[in-house]
Amino acid sequence: MKIIHRNKVYEFTGRTTVRDLIKKVGLNPQAVLAVRDGRLITDDVIVSGDETVKLISVVSGG
Amino acid sequence: MKCRKCGKAAVINMRQHRLALCQECFLAWVPEQVQRAIERFDMFAPNDRVLVAVSGGKDSLSLWDILLRLGYAADGVYINLGISDGEYSDLSQRRAEQFARQYGATLHVIDVAQRYGRSIPEVARRKRGRSTCGTCGLVKRHIMNELACEAGYSALATGHNMDDEAAVLFQNALHWATGYLARQAPVLPASHPRLACKVKPLVRLYEREMAAYALVRGIDYIYAECPYSKGATTLFYKDLLNELEVRSPGAKQQFYLHFLQARNEGRLLPLEEQEVELGECTRCGQPTTAPELCAFCRLWEVETAAQNRHSHAARTEGL
Repeated sequence: MKIIHRNKVYEFTGRTTVRDLIKKVGLNPQAVLAVRDGRLITDDVIVSGDETVKLISVVSGG
Repeated sequence: MKCRKCGKAAVINMRQHRLALCQECFLAWVPEQVQRAIERFDMFAPNDRVLVAVSGGKDSLSLWDILLRLGYAADGVYINLGISDGEYSDLSQRRAEQFARQYGATLHVIDVAQRYGRSIPEVARRKRGRSTCGTCGLVKRHIMNELACEAGYSALATGHNMDDEAAVLFQNALHWATGYLARQAPVLPASHPRLACKVKPLVRLYEREMAAYALVRGIDYIYAECPYSKGATTLFYKDLLNELEVRSPGAKQQFYLHFLQARNEGRLLPLEEQEVELGECTRCGQPTTAPELCAFCRLWEVETAAQNRHSHAARTEGL
């Protein structure tokens, strides 16, 4: 499966939860939202096979 | 995960509320939270005209969307700072204008370079360090306040969310900046006839919830960050607080809300009113603590003087 964050693509195999994927990519769950097929998904959702999940950063400002 | 209200598939889980909601229920829940904040903190009345400061980002456009959905007479103001890096200003202005068009809402657009002669980056280039952000803040506040007062809006609303407030509180606490700690609040009442009442209706909502709202609502916002905000300390503090929040869900909101309560009940700082002597700027009439010109007018005076020196030097060099 493909995980996309800020134009970087990460490839993983197997089955994992969104929560674990966020951890694997090294992001903070409070700082991102996960989108699959254009829909928002919660972090308990299991991703597998050739799915693509986009991780959107939510932190802004300065 | 199921929506706690209707049992459909949840799209967001908010651990700090122990609440997971589906798209429909979430889209109803967020405006409810905003309405609660407006009432709880006495921000403005149902028939008041509100001016919303919009940057084209997720928080301010979502705020505007929510206020309009709740039936408030909310107009927007977009300030073009002239940041051409990544076409940041042009892109964000377009987002704000697109939103206004879609809703048939009123958007005031003020172009700093057009109105005052120089863009923010041009002004800041003369100085060094991170004064770009300081200059930007000074200019935006002056312009927003002036418009809100002159056009008779009851309140000026900004899109600050809980994460913003918690990060600023954290920063103020690290420095024990008691002056700022005494004043930090969801509402800053108008303490002078030419000061608008400033409100933060999104204060109870986490940044992640605002991003989710914009996403599911289909609001087209600018994802890019201001190019000058790279390495900003507030971003660092937000990351730290998010580390804390993951370990301890609700930590950010407890930190902020308990602070407000402790401060307002006099358990933190001496409650005596810090009487600030506010005069009026001799040029623009806006409130200032300075004896003659306010910081904003002084900024443009320095700019004009520098411009004159520069062109004089260029002319004499040619001799």
